[in-house]
Formats: sequence, structure tokens, C-alpha cells
Amino acid sequence: MSDLLTLRHVDVGFATDEGTVSAVSDVSLTVEEGEIFGLVGESGCGKTTLAMALMGLLPRTASVAGSVRFGERELFGLEAEEFRQLRGDRISMIFQDPMTSLDPTFPIGAQVAETITAHRDISKQAARARALALLGDVGIPEAERRYDDPPHRLSGGMRQRVVIATALANEPSLVLADEPTTALDVTIQSQMLDLLRDLRGRLRTTIVLITHDLGVVAQICDRVGVMYAGQLVEVAPVADIFRTPRHPYTQALLAALPSEHQEPGSLRVISGRVPNLTSPPPGCRFSTRCPYVMDECATVPPLAHETGEHLIACWLSEATKEAAHPDHASTGGAA
Amino acid sequence: MSVAVVAAGGKPRAVWRRGILASRKGRWGFAILTVLALIAIFAPLLAPHDPNAIDATQILHAPSLAHRFGSDALGRDVFSRVLFAYRVSLTVAVGSTLVAFLVGVPLGLYAGYHGGWVDTAIMRPIDMVLALPAMLLAVALIAIIGPGSNIATLAIAVIYMPILARVVRSSTLVVVSQTYIEAARARGTRTRSIIARHVLPNAIGPAIVQATILMGFAIQIEAALSFLGLGVQPPTSSLGSMLADGRDVLTQAPWVEVFPGLAIAITVLAFNFLGDGLRARLDPKGVSE
Repeated sequence: MSDLLTLRHVDVGFATDEGTVSAVSDVSLTVEEGEIFGLVGESGCGKTTLAMALMGLLPRTASVAGSVRFGERELFGLEAEEFRQLRGDRISMIFQDPMTSLDPTFPIGAQVAETITAHRDISKQAARARALALLGDVGIPEAERRYDDPPHRLSGGMRQRVVIATALANEPSLVLADEPTTALDVTIQSQMLDLLRDLRGRLRTTIVLITHDLGVVAQICDRVGVMYAGQLVEVAPVADIFRTPRHPYTQALLAALPSEHQEPGSLRVISGRVPNLTSPPPGCRFSTRCPYVMDECATVPPLAHETGEHLIACWLSEATKEAAHPDHASTGGAA
Repeated sequence: MSVAVVAAGGKPRAVWRRGILASRKGRWGFAILTVLALIAIFAPLLAPHDPNAIDATQILHAPSLAHRFGSDALGRDVFSRVLFAYRVSLTVAVGSTLVAFLVGVPLGLYAGYHGGWVDTAIMRPIDMVLALPAMLLAVALIAIIGPGSNIATLAIAVIYMPILARVVRSSTLVVVSQTYIEAARARGTRTRSIIARHVLPNAIGPAIVQATILMGFAIQIEAALSFLGLGVQPPTSSLGSMLADGRDVLTQAPWVEVFPGLAIAITVLAFNFLGDGLRARLDPKGVSE
């Protein structure tokens, strides 16, 4: 499979009164065509900011650096109009809460049709017909009758289907799904995940799934990237993340998952707190909470191949040390 | 009222039923204004006399069958005069508010949507106008351009435009921060479509409420200007100039003063009722106040 999306040293900062908040720091990442890539991390770790940067929708206070290649194109530095033409057409986004991501005064069908007419020069009737077909595809019964309904006539699950139909209207190559199931109850959640998986199978759409729900990741993702405080700390196939997590943060995160063997009333937590991102610790940002912290942690560890497709950014890893000091390479192993 | 329909973005008939007519006040306001508007439109047919015909034999007659509202110091029929004056006053009130709405709403919308220097460039001058006392502004404008009903309309529009621009701007700020606007951007919708199709319908409600109430007060402002001789010029009369005429004979013939006064009061009240009715529908959280 070829690479659809390649991020190189992406930084996103926000200018605030207290100084610049480094929301995303030096993220390098490759997403392959047709895969479902999970981006996990706790609230405020930079997942959504990264997605907004890919959409060209960051607020004016944001500054970006690095490079994002999408297919053959460099996204950073695109003119506003060029970015608009990509949005909703080649790259689209599914938002977290279907209760707020649909315009309350706008018929649902028209919101889908609008995505089409914003990019294609087709008649209103043709756009309506296409929107109706899409609503049917995502499992809205009696789409013809529902077309002119305002969003408040639909249940949460139905609304999220409309949002998904909107995102898929122009058969984009990349869909950024930002917590698409968080606001839904568990049965609807699994229906949505089935729908996404099904659509990926039919349309070969690449999906970047942003979530903090490791259960969702386990169900649907092919590969996973773990973010902490704006840094990408580990990337691995989904099975490896759960079976052999290598980064201390990922290990701590998985250990914090409640299990059935656990004593009732006790939850394992990661001690300490997320660093203030206006003045993050130099080097590894997890170093302030890491049980294995050492002197090297004051410099940023590069993301390096541990084994096969498993990448990790931690000085505990031999591969990381090798990537940082290629001259001292003694043993092989990195691919 | 077509604006109200746009605001709710749905089917017009449903908006009527759920909207203005749902509250008792709204129903009353709507009913009274319908009657008043019909009176204004058909004044020439309803008036029993020529409003400007002077009759030396009928000076200051009390209300009777011949002169339902009595006659004034020049023997003119007060009823006919009120009908015609009402027509002028209502035209000025509706016209001025409409002009202010059509200018103020796009400005507030644009300022609120774009923010930053665009916002500053649009809103600072508007704030300066808003800082001046309304009557003083109107009187100053008329002093510069000269009196007349069109000038009065313009003067009231100048007073109202900043108010409506501010109201729209503040509701636009709320709307722009909503996820559905971000979602519209994420669909690749063009900025002008986002403003016209998603921001405007969601942000216009408070401005419609405000404009309705302002229309009522415009009747008062016009009356005040005409009372001072700065509005409508003779021989045309408005409710305000009738009040001025009646002032001199208030003790002898109160009917000359009372009936135009009542017309003003009823109109302002009806506009307020309608405004309250609209508020209940379009502005349930009271954003505009």
C-alpha cells in the first residue's frame, strides 16, 4: 500500500497571553492508503489540533511548522481557496457531537447536498438525488421523507449518520473522524463503528480515527499512534499496542484500564499531571511522570523502529538510541 | 414578516402557528397592527372629509356624527387628519427601521463573522454614532440637511442602524463559535454561503425582535421631530405635527390633542406586543436584552 498522508516534524503553537502553547510538537507520521489509523491520547494532548491543522481550520492565533504531504500535495502553505477545495472533497471530517455539528435551521438533506455543490458544478436536482442516495447508504430509513427534516427531528444516532453521509459525499480519500462515537450511547457506538468499517471496505477511504477510547481502537483500527502532551510517543499495529506496549506512557495508559479482575472501588492512575504546555519540559514530555526517567530524557527522543512496524520514541529503546546516534550503531535490528 | 419566515428556516405556515401567533401578546400585536396597516393603506377611502379642507364654520367643534373626532382650530376634520397623519407616521417608522435593518444587519454580520480588524473597522464608527444622544443626532442631521419626512426617515435610520448592527454582531459571535459553522467550513462551503445560509438564519432572530420594537419607538421619534417642526412639513401632517397643533387649544378642545396621542400610544403598544411575541419564538434565551 502507498502512503496517503505523510507528516514531517509538524509543530502547532497557539499564541496566548501567557506565551505560546506548544500543542503539537515535532510529530512525524505516515498513514497508508485504505487503513484505519487510530490516534489516541487524553484530552488536550493535541489530537484534535492536529486534525484541524490537516483541515486548514486552525484559528488565526495558531502557527504551524513542518510539512504535511497529502498524496502528491503539500498542505502547509496552501492558499485559503486551494484548501477550501480540498476540504469536504478530498479530506473530510466527522465531528464529535452530532447534536451540535448540524445546523439547526437547515434541512438535513440540504446539508449533505451542500457538500456536493460546494465542489461539483451540478444541478440542484442532481445534488439532491446524490444526497438521498448517500442518506440511504448510511442507513437512514425513508430518506426521501426525512430529507427536509431539521436535525432536531432525528435521534442522535441518526444525526451522526447524516454527519457521516456529509463527510463521505464526495468520496474523499481521507476522513478525519474526531471522537465520532464519544457522544453516543454504546449500542449506537458499535453501529457507527460497523458503518465506518463497512464504508472503508466499500469506498477504500482512509480513516484517521481520533479517540481516547481504547475499546474503540481495539475494535476498528489497523494501526495506532499514541500522543502525549503534543508528542507522538508510539506507533504500532493495533495488536502490538495492546499485547506489547513499549513506551512507558502507553504501558501506564493500558495499565489504567479497569479490568474485571480489579478490586471494586480502586482505579489505577498515572501519578503526577500533564505538563503546562506554555513551558513544557525539555525533551520527552512524559519524563516528569515516567517511572524510568533518566538523564537522556532531557533531549527529545526520536521516533524509531523498535521491531518491524513498531515505532517508539523513548531512550529506553535501543532503536531510539541508534536513530539518535547513527555513528555508534553497533547492533542491527532497526528496519 | 417574510424575514421571520427566513429566520426559522422552515415552512412558513408552521412558523406562523408556532411563532408569532402562539402567544397571546403576539396575536394581539399582530391583529392590531393588521387593522392599523389597513387603515393607513385605505385612509383616502375611509376619511369622510378632505384632511386639509379649512372650514371657518366648524372651528373647534366637539366630536359629533359629522366630525367623529371633532374639528381643529382651522375647522379641519380631526378624524380625517388622524387617518392621513397616521399614514405618514407609519411610513416613516417602517421605512426608517427597514433602512436601518438592511444596512445594519449586513454590517453586524460581517463584523461578527470576520472579527479582528474587520470588526474594529466596522464597529468603531458605529459605536461612535451609538454614543451620541439619539434626539440630538436627529436634530443635528435635520439642521444640516433640512426638514421633511424623508429626512426624518433617514435621521431615524441613522439612529437605529448602529443598534441593529450591534445586536446582529453579538448574536453572530455566538453563532460563529458553534460546531455547525466549523462543520460547514469542513465541508468546503464557501465563506459567503456560510454567512448567508448558516450564520444569518441562526443570528437574525434577536435583530427581528429588536427591529419590531424599534418600529414602535420610531413612531414616537417621528412624532417628537414633527412636534418640534423638524419632521413632516405642512400642509402634510403627521401625528407629531397634529400634537403640536393641538397643544395651543388643549384646554378648550382636548380632542384635537387626544386622538393623535391615542393613535401613537396604540401603535407603540401593538409593536411591543408583536415584538414580545416574536421574542418568545425567535429569541427564547433573551439574547437581545
